[in-house]
Amino acid sequence: MTYIAKPKLHHPELPKNKLGYTRRDYEGAISTLCAGCGHDSISAAIIQACFELDLAPHRIAKISGIGCSSKTPTYFLGSSHGFNSVHGRMPSVLTGANLANRELIYMGVSGDGDSASIGLGQFAHILRRGVNMVYIVENNGVYGLTKGQFSATADPGSKDKRGNANLDDAIDMVALALQMGATYVARGFSGDKDQLVPLIKGAILHRGAAFLDVISPCVAFNNHDGSTKSYDYVREHNDAVNRLDVIPPRAPIQAAYEPGTVETITQHDGSVLKLRKLEAHYDPHDRIHAMHYLEQRKAAGEIVTGLLYIDREPEDLHARLRTVDAPFNQLNEADLCPGAAALEAFNAGLR
Amino acid sequence: MSQERVNDFVVKFANVNGSGSASANRLFAKSVLRMGVPVSPRNIFPSNIQGLPTWYEVRVSEEGYLGARGGVDLMVAMNPQTWDKDLASIEPGGYLFYDSTKPLPTSKFRDDVHVIGMPLTEICNREYTDARQRQLFKNIIYVGALSALLEIDVKEIEKLIGEQFKGKDRLIAPNLHALHMGRDYALKYLPCPIGLRVRRANRVGNRIFIDGNNAAALGCVYGGATVAAWYPITPSSSMAEAFMRHCRKYRVDAASGANKFTVIQAEDELASIGIVIGAGWNGARAFTCTSGPGISLMQEFIGLAYFAEIPAVLFDIQRGGPSTGMPTRTQQGDVLSCAYASHGDTKHVLLFPEDPHECFEFAARSFDLAERLQAPIFVLSDLDIGMNERLCEPLQWDDARRYDRGKVMRYEDLEAGREFGRYLDVDGDGIPYRTYPGTHPRRGAFFTRGTTRDAYARYTEEGAPYVENMQRLLRKFETAKQYLPRPVVAKAKEPARHGAVFYGSTGPAMKEALDRLEEKGVFLDTLRLRAFPFHDEVTEFIESHDQVFVVEQNRDAQMRALLLNECGVAPAKLIPVLHYDGTPITARFITREIGESLAALNVKPIKRTA
Ligand SMILES: Cc1ncc(C[n+]2csc(CCOP(=O)(O)OP(=O)(O)O)c2C)c(N)n1
Ligand code: SF4
Repeated sequence: MTYIAKPKLHHPELPKNKLGYTRRDYEGAISTLCAGCGHDSISAAIIQACFELDLAPHRIAKISGIGCSSKTPTYFLGSSHGFNSVHGRMPSVLTGANLANRELIYMGVSGDGDSASIGLGQFAHILRRGVNMVYIVENNGVYGLTKGQFSATADPGSKDKRGNANLDDAIDMVALALQMGATYVARGFSGDKDQLVPLIKGAILHRGAAFLDVISPCVAFNNHDGSTKSYDYVREHNDAVNRLDVIPPRAPIQAAYEPGTVETITQHDGSVLKLRKLEAHYDPHDRIHAMHYLEQRKAAGEIVTGLLYIDREPEDLHARLRTVDAPFNQLNEADLCPGAAALEAFNAGLR
Repeated sequence: MSQERVNDFVVKFANVNGSGSASANRLFAKSVLRMGVPVSPRNIFPSNIQGLPTWYEVRVSEEGYLGARGGVDLMVAMNPQTWDKDLASIEPGGYLFYDSTKPLPTSKFRDDVHVIGMPLTEICNREYTDARQRQLFKNIIYVGALSALLEIDVKEIEKLIGEQFKGKDRLIAPNLHALHMGRDYALKYLPCPIGLRVRRANRVGNRIFIDGNNAAALGCVYGGATVAAWYPITPSSSMAEAFMRHCRKYRVDAASGANKFTVIQAEDELASIGIVIGAGWNGARAFTCTSGPGISLMQEFIGLAYFAEIPAVLFDIQRGGPSTGMPTRTQQGDVLSCAYASHGDTKHVLLFPEDPHECFEFAARSFDLAERLQAPIFVLSDLDIGMNERLCEPLQWDDARRYDRGKVMRYEDLEAGREFGRYLDVDGDGIPYRTYPGTHPRRGAFFTRGTTRDAYARYTEEGAPYVENMQRLLRKFETAKQYLPRPVVAKAKEPARHGAVFYGSTGPAMKEALDRLEEKGVFLDTLRLRAFPFHDEVTEFIESHDQVFVVEQNRDAQMRALLLNECGVAPAKLIPVLHYDGTPITARFITREIGESLAALNVKPIKRTA
């Protein structure tokens, strides 16, 4: 398996966004994942979201762990810096990167093996620290890259390819994210792009720890009867609580909504999230309600998708640490070094 | 049998952890220093549990020997629990100072030791009603008594108390009161002065008194570190805490009150090093500080930083290993686990500071090295340097000094059309160019990964580019030498056939041992290692001597192994001198070991008959 570059042929008629980029500018290398892998659909959704939000591709940093899912950053945003770190430890690398330069957009991409097993600790801690990022788990319930072992998100009783049942309880990443303090929590399905793209857009615009669990069937090892992460199973059991429209801050904010069916959330930076509610009583501002609702639907055998929780006034890590506005990686001697005179005074205090 | 020693003795305080003795003992040490006499104190403490024994050993040495000496001339025995051991450690003719509130039978003493009893508890109980006050002032009272017994100028102690409680002025008078109460009692009832005395000298100069962790932390501030990520572990925690303190003083933007630093107490060591690597990748100067167990946990990430070529600085304040080992004792036991940290073929740059002065200097320098070499840099300190105050040269900074940010291609370089290949060896020194994320809309972006790749950072599993890359990393390691502190070579007074190599905290004991050996007619040239990879002088030094002692503080002669592995010298040339019981190495130990070894070497070879 080697790197396959995409031909750089641009169709002259391709639509351009406000920055003059076409969708092709948001693509990466040709995917080497299995044909039909849910992860590729997520890459496509990321490409579309970034294109539609008019983001400068090079201002995004993509950081991942290890796994098929973690390989995907190669397949989108080819002119962004990417970092494939070690298994399960994407969160710490992303945290450090974010501390070094608060001005970029950080996209963390991980798998359920990566984040729910070896990386569960780092997953929890990056959320409670409030790192400003989009954390996407491409959740297929198995280890894809190591060929089909159960991951910690596999439902108890679900079957692997050979028909063996999973004996352990499952970790629900969304429930955990709610508990760990993520300020934007959503679940999507790689097979439902219409819902997924706006969820990603909302997460990018959110200035805090945004977590997105995306059910992403593994066609090679987990798309058979008996799996609860197969396309068919998820389609049958999906219960979407809302659909999202996202309006970035620079667009004029419209005032007309259908009362009762659409709710708007204006975020810190002025971006507006319009929630088209499918569930009559679903309130995404209430963390406790979200947790409760999630458990309720799970008991009913349903997989809840949509924006489950959002904190309209999140505080990110830099705000908590009260760091200067300038990116740390641009500070120099004059900003950082106290100088010889201060050192002399320091010495004097030690005699 | 009485000990007559002026400005040359060891006082040891045996206390109970949590009794508040630390600041009183420090007051004692510093008052000697203020009289112009060099001191070197050492904390000997348990793993942070109240009520356990703790000791503070102060070596007073006009000659300026700062290594641990071994043996005690005056034992201030304040802990009944350790009485027997404390008594046994006194040199013949030495002194025992104890709380005589409850008289002890003569069987509890030694015939060859002077016993000085003072009813400390009784005095305190008479004077104070509050239990905590009784405990705290007892310490100040014995400092007062010692000032009389050893002829320490009480004015110096008074001044120190004033400095210590600056801003909390209401505490000054009661402390002075306790001090004089102890002093007056001693002058009236005790045999003042005793055979051990402090006489004003002028041997301290403008040297400063600071511990290695504090100095290293300030070095990180001067070196431009903006991100610190750590997980508490003895004996490194005080470094992270000191960095925080220094940053609050020096790194808060005056206008906005915003911080030009971050300190993250991570969830574990894996996260600490991950944060450092993420920050280094993104162009900020970042470090972690830890000890052996933390280094073990960081191994996978260290390999990533090596192979993906990301600047990172790691301070390893070594303690007794393996495993949890002796968390509060000192060792130089992580040399090999740092030099070759992680799986596969890896080698890392190590720095070996000798004292707090070098802790500061190497700390500041490590960030230049990390960025210049795009690699993890290990600063190998240890508990002995890190957590004990040591007399050392003042910290120095030249305002003309500029940070070496290494080979970074900026927007202008890319815009000007300079070719960018992340792992291209453009200059032939093995060091490639990098770009910071977000630099340019079209050029210079690359993918960082731990898997193999070609010179343009494109994933490949081909053998040839892999080998090329591994060779380039070796080239880079060779290049590193020119940026590293050189070893310090010292010639003996007489031409010497033998040499000695040592490093880090072994330095002060070594200096003294060489003097003692010289008195016995043994002359040794020495080389103090300050960095790995080794400069060529190291091999030359070994080759130009018949035999070279390698003095270090671990069981398996780790530095010797590294020298054998990297310098290609004959194993028989390197004689290990190993001290590893957790206490700092002493001149006595080195002198004895080298002396015995040389005696054995001089034995004529046995002639074989047929
Ligand atoms: C320390 C370590 N242990 C084990 C592995 C092997 N490994 C590679 S990927 C993977 C699991 C990936 O699963 P997941 O995150 O669910 O991603 P997927 O491939 O399913 O997308 C494992 C165990 C590794 N790379 N590193
Ligand atoms: S093994 Fe599964 S997860 Fe990996 S690429 Fe193939 S389908 Fe996707």
